[in-house]
Amino acid sequence: MAKHVVVVDYGMGNLRSVAKAAEHMADDQTKIIISSHPQDIDSADAIIFPGQGAAKACMQALNETGMIHSLQKAANEKPFLGICMGLQVLMTHSQENNGIDCLNILKGDVVQFNLTAHPELKMPHMGWNQIHQTQEHPLWHKIPQDSRFYFVHSYYVMPETPEIIAGETTHGTKFTSAIAKDNLFAIQAHPEKSAESGLQLFKNFLNWQP
Amino acid sequence: MSLAKRIIPCLDVDNGRVVKGVQFVDIRDAGDPVEIAKRYDEQGADEITFLDITATADDRATMVHVVEEVASQVFIPLTVGGGIRTVEDIRRMLNAGADKVAINSAAIFNPAFVQEACDTFGSQCIVVAIDAKKVSVAGDSDKWEIFTHGGRRETGIDAIEWARKMEELGAGELLVTSMDRDGTKIGFDLELTRTIADSVNIPVIASGGVGELSHLTEGVVSGHAEAVLAASIFHFGQHTVQEAKQAMQKAGIEVRL
Repeated sequence: MAKHVVVVDYGMGNLRSVAKAAEHMADDQTKIIISSHPQDIDSADAIIFPGQGAAKACMQALNETGMIHSLQKAANEKPFLGICMGLQVLMTHSQENNGIDCLNILKGDVVQFNLTAHPELKMPHMGWNQIHQTQEHPLWHKIPQDSRFYFVHSYYVMPETPEIIAGETTHGTKFTSAIAKDNLFAIQAHPEKSAESGLQLFKNFLNWQP
Repeated sequence: MSLAKRIIPCLDVDNGRVVKGVQFVDIRDAGDPVEIAKRYDEQGADEITFLDITATADDRATMVHVVEEVASQVFIPLTVGGGIRTVEDIRRMLNAGADKVAINSAAIFNPAFVQEACDTFGSQCIVVAIDAKKVSVAGDSDKWEIFTHGGRRETGIDAIEWARKMEELGAGELLVTSMDRDGTKIGFDLELTRTIADSVNIPVIASGGVGELSHLTEGVVSGHAEAVLAASIFHFGQHTVQEAKQAMQKAGIEVRL
């Protein structure tokens, strides 16, 4: 039976790159669909939730599409992969844009890097950095410990419950770069731009049966 | 464990074909941007930059197809520069699969465009390209100015002030090319690179003048660059990206190997 994977389109971010990377790793039975319709999210077998840009603009765009309820439901029910801003807006609240309430699917805040102690470090955190896998997870399958992924961001998530942390990265300060909870996995880096490691993560996601 | 310094091969594309000659021994078509990009990806390039040197609008449409093709086969960040003048130009390139665009002349003629671009698409995808030439004479303190038209036309704009201004307007990254060094193979203008890198908080990509591997290392160590861009050193098979990374690692620089 064909498997339908929906890449959520809310007008934010490089969803075509995400869809292309997923397509590259998908088998013949898997269809990658870009959609902004709540009913497609409801009927999908798995969800990829990308995102880019500012938190406020993302939340506004999500509100306008009427997808929030479907996304919250999907995040509790089916394989769900959040990428970059698609990780951050899962949290309760973000400091960005003078503070903005997010989807509250995961408890915790999104905060800005404070690099006053590290004047040599640049902002945004842009480039290839290592993810230290802090728990075993099907999505880390065949991805070596401390592999490098491509990042671009100035804010990071601080989950309330450390048990959901799946990966950590250091840029001046150590921060949570991946989280895992039941059927949900989300990553701060861009697997669609992270060469072999990123493609392997898509493959793992497409094969995942939580 | 920290952020790796990046190596970025740069390809000049004219009407959908790579120019300036790329000579891999075992490549079928040395003018095909897709094939060349794949090769650099295999060698471990951290990003690839395409510079569209085409003059006409028709040929620009060709560049969109090139980006589409590359983006469906190469899964590392792609930057496109050359002829980016409007929000619509940016949207087309991002939709085709580019991750960043480099804005050059349009920033000089209309600085507000940089801000508009960043507000619309986010700073993460806006690179401002700065082409600078040294204008101070020996004995004076160093001074560089922005030049356009491949270094032929002066603007009178101070390069360091310009870099700070571009950061303020929201640029996510600066691609700093020394027009004095471009094509010379004698190495980056390290003073220019370092002065700009130390004046801004956003990442600086050093460009212009790479002729041997040690130049790349110098760009990071002495130029304080976050990334180094080079063309001919890789095109002519003189060195692979992998060799460049090994040389940088030997010099104590953190790289993705």
